[in-house]
Amino acid sequence: MDHLDRLESQSVYIFREAFNRLGRVGMLWSLGKDSNVMIWLARKAFLGHVPFPVMHVDTEKKFPEMYEFRDRYIKEWNLNFLSGKCPPIEEMDASLPPAARSAARKTEGLKNFLAANPFDGIFAGIRRDEQATRAKERVFSPRGATGAWNFRDQPPEFWDQFNTDFPPGTHVRIHPLLHWTEMDIWLYTQRENIPVIDLYFAKNGKRYRSLGDKDITNPVDSNAETLDEIIEELRTTRVSERSGRAMDHEAEDAFERLRADGYM
Amino acid sequence: MSNHRESLKTVFVGHVDHGKSTLVGRLFHDTDSLPDGRVEEIRKMCERRGMPFEYAFLMDALQAERDQGITIDTSQIWFKTAKRDYVIIDAPGHKEFLKNMITGAAAADAAILVIDANEGVQEQSRRHGYLLHLMGIGQVTVCVNKMDLVDYSQTRFEAIEEEFRAYLTSIGVTPNHVIPVSGREGDLITGPSKRMPWYLGPSITEALDGFRVPLPATDQPLRFPVQDVYKFDERRIIAGRIESGTIRVGDTLLFSPINKTAKVRTIEAWNVDQLPMKASAGQSVGITLDEQLFIERGHIASHENQPPVETDVFRAHVFWLGNDALVPGKTYKMKLANAEARVTVQSIDRVIDTGDLSHVQSDRVERNAVAEVTIRSRQMLALDEFRHNQKTGRFVLVDGFDIAGGGIISMEGYADQRSLITVRATNVTKVEAAIGPDERHKRNGHKGGVLWFTGLSGAGKSTIAVATERRLFDKGYQVYVLDGDNVRFGLNADLGFSPEDRAENIRRVGEVAALMAKAGFIVVTAFISPYRSDRDRARAAAGADFHEIHIDADVATCESRDPKGLYRKARAGEIKEFTGISAPYEAPDAAELTVDTSDLSIDDSVARVSAYVDRTFTQT
Repeated sequence: MDHLDRLESQSVYIFREAFNRLGRVGMLWSLGKDSNVMIWLARKAFLGHVPFPVMHVDTEKKFPEMYEFRDRYIKEWNLNFLSGKCPPIEEMDASLPPAARSAARKTEGLKNFLAANPFDGIFAGIRRDEQATRAKERVFSPRGATGAWNFRDQPPEFWDQFNTDFPPGTHVRIHPLLHWTEMDIWLYTQRENIPVIDLYFAKNGKRYRSLGDKDITNPVDSNAETLDEIIEELRTTRVSERSGRAMDHEAEDAFERLRADGYM
Repeated sequence: MSNHRESLKTVFVGHVDHGKSTLVGRLFHDTDSLPDGRVEEIRKMCERRGMPFEYAFLMDALQAERDQGITIDTSQIWFKTAKRDYVIIDAPGHKEFLKNMITGAAAADAAILVIDANEGVQEQSRRHGYLLHLMGIGQVTVCVNKMDLVDYSQTRFEAIEEEFRAYLTSIGVTPNHVIPVSGREGDLITGPSKRMPWYLGPSITEALDGFRVPLPATDQPLRFPVQDVYKFDERRIIAGRIESGTIRVGDTLLFSPINKTAKVRTIEAWNVDQLPMKASAGQSVGITLDEQLFIERGHIASHENQPPVETDVFRAHVFWLGNDALVPGKTYKMKLANAEARVTVQSIDRVIDTGDLSHVQSDRVERNAVAEVTIRSRQMLALDEFRHNQKTGRFVLVDGFDIAGGGIISMEGYADQRSLITVRATNVTKVEAAIGPDERHKRNGHKGGVLWFTGLSGAGKSTIAVATERRLFDKGYQVYVLDGDNVRFGLNADLGFSPEDRAENIRRVGEVAALMAKAGFIVVTAFISPYRSDRDRARAAAGADFHEIHIDADVATCESRDPKGLYRKARAGEIKEFTGISAPYEAPDAAELTVDTSDLSIDDSVARVSAYVDRTFTQT
């Protein structure tokens, strides 16, 4: 087994644990490179099937390419697709910096969606290497009725024995990609030939390294026009992955506040 | 290609404030592993807080951690040397956050244990060392940090090295290296230090590169725990991860603890050109079988010749993280590989002080403590000893909704019950008896049955058995004594004294006694029979005719009698695994009769048994 085989096996194990131990589960699909890998790994785990709904909490501010991609692969991958809407920005906490306030719409959209569609477990494609508070996450991360993350007192998690016993009203975020890095995602995408949105590839010296809402996501300088070139770029880059995501850089605690409140 | 590079997970542990996070931050800086602007970002944060530059902020990302200058939760961060990639796991050193330290350390292949040169070896230094050993992390390098605070003193370093090496040696750990470093000043991070010319060993980076990446256990006996059974389409797929060994198409698999076998028909996979013919340790797979067995999550598949242990009782070395203490008698949920079982702690054998390694007797295991316990399950379990297989030899305990502890398994003093429950003969049919129990009852004037004496050596079993036999015989009963030493001359002459042979000894006596009871006799057996599972099996053989009689006297009383001089020999270490001294005695929890021989004379004891027989065996 090489490095990617080991990552894949661990993710498959996580998927199967959640599917067996939790009642109703569903997957968040942001349409980005990570959540496409996540769908792929689910099909590996369940031998070609995705035996639960795949959900897109829509800010309605994504790039048109992302909506095209979504509609195409719902059909091709035979997904049980659910969509949720996000409330307007005026309803968000005004004390948050502007981009974080905009991102908070997604948290509220998810909360509303979960209120209407109760799930015991939600798969989310976050990774430890993306952001320092995500680095402290558990694979099975319990959330109270409000979806809040109690990061000061997380349960122990070891020997692949995940937390699967919860008081009523709890749901759990499951993170099958937590142990992957950005480089791993691209190497695996290449090896498995997983479709990705064109926005990741450079046009006129710019490409998107991480995809979010149009108004709070910026492209980075790059000439990487192919998967090989992206991988080569990552080998030498000194720029962090989320440098183009405005919400991360507005205030020291902006991301922590978003996550504590239930952001992915 | 970086996907062909090795990756090693290393955890940094040690006492609070000994500088783990700072050391990790420094390591990243000095190996040029940080993205642009990261150091500048941290510098600004520190300025805002009006404090000196802190590398620890690289991983102490939570506001609460930064405000208090302490690591609360474990974190992971990636870096690479020329040799390979690393996942560095930072673990909190504060006692309050031991559960987070365990969470971080349990994922590691190797550990760096950090000790402050100024403060020296502290409580959590020892506890973390002990827990690493308990979790099976054999590769440990010790870093004596903050050497700048002790003027890079060789004497100070050597004193700490000597003290901590002695501690690690006493728990069976040999550190790869002990390195003097300074996280703040950057000494011995990537190369030699001019300020410590007396130190000739490797730097931290060199020590990291010296760790070995553990290989998957492909050569060990097969263990394939069943995670789930899928029926999404026409295939019935047994899904799981191979924890050790190799599965090949056509192999016969033995599923424990149900003891059923079937052949592997296919190894399934999605998005491959051709289905694989074999799969090995570390792989998450799905297989189909040639027979539709009733297989559930939690069963463990192996090859027939190297199966896991089957037992409902075992010993464990546990660490406890629960808010409520671990107590005997309470029911917990145990998770072992993919199995779940309700278990109770039968006894707390000793609580271990990880500071000085002394043992304490206690009726509870408090949070953050380590202990040796005996655990009993209501159902038969498939498992391994931890020293044979880490993956199927460890478990967690769930108290209420919380994972509250973990442990590793030993079968010391306990038998593998597999051989005892496997029915070997298959083409055997029971013959119905022509003479029923009522006819025998009528002729003898009493029912047949087994009086199963159990108790410590020296409690008086044989003495009371022989006297009871005489008393009952004189009263007209058909009675016979099966005595421990006597059956070993004949029926069980082929058996030794291993746990398995002892269990087999009791199994045979139980079967013989049941046959004699059916023949109308009152059979008195006099065996220590210390294990509940063995006695339960004898009870199952005789059914309603079984009467468990606890010949009860405490160890001190028995030892003062010591009719055969056995206690003296056991105390001197001449007899290993002697019941009551160095091996467990599991007292009955619902004996039909208890005779306390520390209070009663032999005559009075016999009278009580005799009265019980009169009461119980003569009714029609």
